[in-house]
This record gives sequence, C-alpha cells and structure tokens, in this order.
Amino acid sequence: MAENSSHALRTPLGRVRGLGSARSGTHHWWMQRVTSIALLPLTIWFVLSMIGLAGTTYLETLLWIATPLNAVLLVALILLTFHHMAAGLQVVIEDYVRNEFARIATLLVVKGGCALLALACGFSVLRIAFAL
Amino acid sequence: MSDPREAGMIGRRTDGKIVRRPLSPHLQAYDMMQMTSFTSIMHRITGTAWAGGTLLLTWWLMAAATGEGAFARVQWFMSSFLGILILFGLTAAAWFHTLAGLRHLAWDAGYGLDIPTVYKTGRAVLIGTGVLTVLTWLLAIVFWG
Repeated sequence: MAENSSHALRTPLGRVRGLGSARSGTHHWWMQRVTSIALLPLTIWFVLSMIGLAGTTYLETLLWIATPLNAVLLVALILLTFHHMAAGLQVVIEDYVRNEFARIATLLVVKGGCALLALACGFSVLRIAFAL
Repeated sequence: MSDPREAGMIGRRTDGKIVRRPLSPHLQAYDMMQMTSFTSIMHRITGTAWAGGTLLLTWWLMAAATGEGAFARVQWFMSSFLGILILFGLTAAAWFHTLAGLRHLAWDAGYGLDIPTVYKTGRAVLIGTGVLTVLTWLLAIVFWG
C-alpha cells in the first residue's frame, strides 16, 4: 500500500510517460508523424522545383539553390527527410533483423549513414548559398 | 495441423520455446495479395526505395557544390535511360508512400479503420499513385520540350 500511495496523485498518463521498450514512450512514433506532415508540402515543392530545373544549365541550377528561400526550404527538406528516413528504417530493421548483434550493428550503420548523408546534403546547399 | 490456419498459431517466445498463439500476418497462412497486407508492405518497400533515392539527391547536391565537371556527370546519368527509369520508379514510390502515408495519418487519428473503407482507400491509393505519377512526368516532358 505504501508503494501505491506514493503514486496516488499521478495520473495514468503520467505513470506511462517515458516508458516503453526504449524508455522514450511514444516520442519515436510521434516524431515520425510530425516529420511526415512537414514533408508533405516540402516534397511536393521539391518535385515541382526539380521539374522546373530540368534541362537548365549548371549556373542556373546554382543560382536557384542559392536563393535564400530555396536554400532554407532545401535545408529543412534535408533535415526532415533524413530524420524520417532514419526513423522508418529503424523500425524496419528492428522488425526483420532477429540476431541482436546484427540488429545493433545494422542500426548503427544506417543511423550513421543517414547522419552523414544529411551533413553532406546540408553542407552542399550552404556552400553554394554562401558562395554566390 | 491439416487446417492451414494452424500455421498462423505457432509462436516462438524470446527464450526459443514454441507456444500456441495467434501471429500477425504470416506468409504461409495469409494471402499477401490482400488489399490490406499488400498496401502495408508496399508502404515499407516504397519508403525503403526512397531511402535509396536520397543517395541520388546527395550525389546531385554534392556534385553541384563541387564543380561543373561533377555536375555534368550527374546530369548525364539522370538523363540516361537507366537514370530516367530510376527517377520514374522513385516518382511512383514517392506518390505511393505519400498517399499511403496520408491513409496512415487518418488511421492514427481514428478514421477509416473499418474493412470496407480500408479497401476503398486502398484502391484510391493505387489509382492515385498511377494518375499522379503519369501527371508528374507529363508535366516534366512539357517543361523539357
């Protein structure tokens, strides 16, 4: 009873917050939804922009990337895409890779790869934006 | 064991002990071409395909930041037969993942979870993917020409 009374004032939500297999509650799941909603308009903007850029010269492409609005939206697209991609691939790996060592190794490689690709893309956009 | 549904009842606990309990969609007992399981696995496959597609995005941006020669090589690849084929596949994967993702968001909000609606929205996702992919490429061809 003593143990129960110390929790008496906590709501059911308060008790389960921060629990779950990774002690992060629903954070992973929720961030996947948040990034997916943000990626909806960003990806459609990106696809339409790529159609507009088809067949343009190197300089025209650089000038398009370097526009402040385009550079900011590109960096946002990059950060959200690789966050969403890492979160999605993590779930797929956790579901299908049974062996614990292989699972952790694959997760580390994939997460590291996502971070590196995001840095490479972000750095490229910023380099072009600051150079022009 | 003559009932094929029994195959979906053989579970294995983490300690390796085999127990009788229902399993989630099982390759040997379920028809994986049902609208529900087909769109579910396609959502994962198209998402993973796009993860591969980000390599092209990275190549494109890094080449643009590197110089004209590197950029010309990306442009050459993207406009080659293989490049166009990959970009077309990625467009279809992107539209499927987008439309199926909207369906997932609706489910998360508690809408459209009954079987008739799931089949209806599933068909809408498949038809929408085809229509929007073709429209995207028609737009691209108009811009190119």
